[in-house]
Amino acid sequence: MGDSNVTRRSGKNQLLDLYLTFAKIGATTIGGGYAMLPVLQDEIVTKRGWATESEIMDYYAIGQCTPGIIAVNTSTFIGYRKAGILGGVLATLGFVTPSIIIITIIAFFLQNFAEYPVVQHAFNGIRACVCVLILDAVLKLGKKALTDYRCVLIFVAVLAAALFTPLSPVLFVILAGVAGVILMPRKKPEKTGDEKASDAGGKEGTS
Amino acid sequence: MILLRLFWEFFKTGLFAVGGGLATLPFLYDMSARTGWFTTEEIADLLAVSESTPGAIGINMSTYAGVHTFGVIGGIIATLGLICPSIIVIIIISNVLKKFQDSKLVQKIFYGLRPASLGLIGAAGLGVAKIALLKTDVFQESGVLAQLFDWKCIILAVCIFFVYRKLKHSPIFYILAAAAVGIIFKL
Repeated sequence: MGDSNVTRRSGKNQLLDLYLTFAKIGATTIGGGYAMLPVLQDEIVTKRGWATESEIMDYYAIGQCTPGIIAVNTSTFIGYRKAGILGGVLATLGFVTPSIIIITIIAFFLQNFAEYPVVQHAFNGIRACVCVLILDAVLKLGKKALTDYRCVLIFVAVLAAALFTPLSPVLFVILAGVAGVILMPRKKPEKTGDEKASDAGGKEGTS
Repeated sequence: MILLRLFWEFFKTGLFAVGGGLATLPFLYDMSARTGWFTTEEIADLLAVSESTPGAIGINMSTYAGVHTFGVIGGIIATLGLICPSIIVIIIISNVLKKFQDSKLVQKIFYGLRPASLGLIGAAGLGVAKIALLKTDVFQESGVLAQLFDWKCIILAVCIFFVYRKLKHSPIFYILAAAAVGIIFKL
């Protein structure tokens, strides 16, 4: 692998790193795209610093109202921002690799996979864990993202609407975008944006 | 040629299913009616398997349906078909956003999107909590309030919450530990 060419080697390593990291995330995302968040926060934001927490929330929001699977959209976003088109493709392929392997094995050998008692017990435990991890992530992100009462208002409205109405999340995301345009304080919009970014960056750097 | 068709069918699903894995369900029903690759009962099984395996639900479903139709290669092709539109669309959007990231309008939109995103994640977390910690089916039959709560799982969840806050560690560690506890204590 051309040890002499340091930059190329580090480029290749970065792509491999992207692929493997997202394979790890794919293997531990249990129960749909949202379950990816706690692991994403740990692996991408805390350990590797590839994205900030507010960026990840942006990606989720975009992933929600664009076509395709949210987890795939988020993987592509992070990979692409990190290492271009190849990065986006490899991050996404990494994310789906464990799924393809596991599901293929199950489809061939374990027709009644979901009915095995061992599997059911394991997943009852995992689900209890995953809901804690997701809600903990929401609490942590909330402290940083819900900076004023307008944000809290939007948060509560969307939470309630998602829990108690059968409407599509796409609609909530679009309405929230409109609400942002109407509600965002005019006084110092740029400054708050910068403050938020540097604040998040600083906290991630130290922790 | 069936491989090409498999790719195309899942490409369309990936392109039009907006809002995550469960949004692919109507497309799968439609596909089952038009192609006969799998039955509607199989879709229900598919969903059960997808929810109890690692990975995004939509990806698991496409792999499972592809393997069912055309073996290992079918599974890979179907999944590639499903993710292709995402990759293309997100790369375009990412570029557009980069160009306009200093625009006040875009900043205002994201000002609204971030809390909304968090709200949706919170709702999803509570949805998982409902399935994990409550026995709504037992409660509906018996009507006894004490039977609504799955105490073992609630205790596990509370323990995880406090240990996670105190000790940190990677979330992956807790997921594996919870699986072990689930098997040992027959949750």
